[in-house]
Amino acid sequence: MSKGQTITEADVRHVAKLSRLHVSEDDVHHFTEQLAAVLDYIGKLNELDVDGVESMAHPLELVNVLRADQERPGMSTDSALANAPAKTPPFFKVPKVLGDGPSA
Amino acid sequence: MNPTDTTLTELRDAIAVKAVSAAEATRAYLDRIQAHDNGDAGLHAYHEVFADRAIQRAEAVDRGEVTGPLAGVPIAIKDLLCTDYGYTTCSSKMLENFRAPYTATAVKKLEDAGAVILGKTNMDEFAMGSSTENSAFVTTRNPWDTDRVPGGSSGGSAAAMSADLCAASIGTDTGGSIRQPAALCGVVGMKPTYGRISRYGLIAFASSLDQVGPFTRTVADTALLLKVMMGHDPLDSTSANVEVPEDIDRVDEAPGNMRIGIAKEYLSDSNDPSVAAATQKAIEVYKDFGAEIVEVDLPHTEYGIPVYYIVATAEASSNLARYDGVHYGHRTDKAADLIDLYCRSRAEGFGDEVKRRIMLGTYALSSGYYDAYYNRALKVRRLIKNDFDAAFEKCDAILCPTTTAPAFKIGELADDPLAMYMNDVYTVNCNLAGNAGISLPGGTATVDGKELPVGVQLLGPSFDESRLLKIARVFEAATDHHTRRPGV
Repeated sequence: MSKGQTITEADVRHVAKLSRLHVSEDDVHHFTEQLAAVLDYIGKLNELDVDGVESMAHPLELVNVLRADQERPGMSTDSALANAPAKTPPFFKVPKVLGDGPSA
Repeated sequence: MNPTDTTLTELRDAIAVKAVSAAEATRAYLDRIQAHDNGDAGLHAYHEVFADRAIQRAEAVDRGEVTGPLAGVPIAIKDLLCTDYGYTTCSSKMLENFRAPYTATAVKKLEDAGAVILGKTNMDEFAMGSSTENSAFVTTRNPWDTDRVPGGSSGGSAAAMSADLCAASIGTDTGGSIRQPAALCGVVGMKPTYGRISRYGLIAFASSLDQVGPFTRTVADTALLLKVMMGHDPLDSTSANVEVPEDIDRVDEAPGNMRIGIAKEYLSDSNDPSVAAATQKAIEVYKDFGAEIVEVDLPHTEYGIPVYYIVATAEASSNLARYDGVHYGHRTDKAADLIDLYCRSRAEGFGDEVKRRIMLGTYALSSGYYDAYYNRALKVRRLIKNDFDAAFEKCDAILCPTTTAPAFKIGELADDPLAMYMNDVYTVNCNLAGNAGISLPGGTATVDGKELPVGVQLLGPSFDESRLLKIARVFEAATDHHTRRPGV
């Protein structure tokens, strides 16, 4: 992250793809402008020497919190499917994932 | 008594001695919501009101079937805390029709204590914003000046409290989303220490920052709600297994010798004069009370916003990956294949600010940028926490403004994401470090002929909310700012 480096429209198209967001060409243009301004501001972090500083991902120093290995009820299938926009109980419905295969 | 012109504690006590019934109190709030929240001139603090359910619950309190420290008091909930009744939308088209299968622990604890849940409040979509303008449904108006924003993201909860459309309300604070709207609406708003209140059933934005907290009229009311909501929850492995101090609601006890820290980094020349004056007056209040005023250094303050917009967006990009158009939420009707289903469902369901943040976070975590952005931000986050740890060696609480200025106008910052982000400049470091913060009504400023509230903020060390509340109460007891109401 060197000062002055900025995000390009190609980067935004790539990031949108990674994010699973469909974006129009107009979107790409204005998101690029807005993200470039934010990233330029974030470049401020380069002013600091952080060599040897320990990363802090979380306020609490927790490691591997485990619960007791006890049986308990889970969510029912009906409840899990209740908000599904498309379903064939007991399944969620999705577009065909695999192709039809080579035609005979 | 008028049940809508009182504090939470007073109303609770009046219901307990049957000076007013819970049903009367609930009806009185529902009437005010009907009169002031809806229509062209309404505040639009609520997204959904549970009128019938609330009255039934209140009647159960009146019959003695429901008891507890909050028996019969009507409370509003930010619409990202799950309830297994009504909808939980996060003010997003993505979840417009979502009915949660379970209730958030924080809400369940309120109900177990006898509270009557009035409804769910409007917010910035997925808690991303500082004005409620990012709500997919409506912009909430500031009760003090309806041309202005209430702040955000918990703007609906703040406006509902400010306009007495509830006896208390609940929000969440990821970078200032309780304290900033509390300041802009002239009410008390608190973010407890990270992990104090369970996040189970809180729809995640940034999991290492999100924290539930209350909006109230007074410090004592905040303490009462904290006492009910705090505590370890086996359903949230990041909820802190730290005992809730039994004196948390004894806010009137003398705080003992107070050392109040003042940090020059929070007293910028660019603060609005009304904000600078409110902070200065608060310093005088503590001096008069015999507190020692000490200078503390928080040299990494200015790096808080850049760190936050890496950490919070990185976590959001991961948390919001669950919205896939398959399990729940919006689904496109134009999908060519599975990937297209994801991409179009998400593009149609999310607003622009949510998309910006998902993309920014994805970028910061993507191959080749992880160390330069995300890991560097985590290191600076450590420096910010170290600043606070050093400061709290020298003082018991840091006194500073909550925001740089009173409420801005609706639309004023809508096209400038970076300017909007700067709203969190005095609140965000508290989330990054994980410590506690409270915003108190600190006075008013007159802008364009209208009176607008100004907040003062106290930041305290982690897991000592008890003392922070006592210190806050000293300021409240010496001033009458918390008694001021908008003309609603």
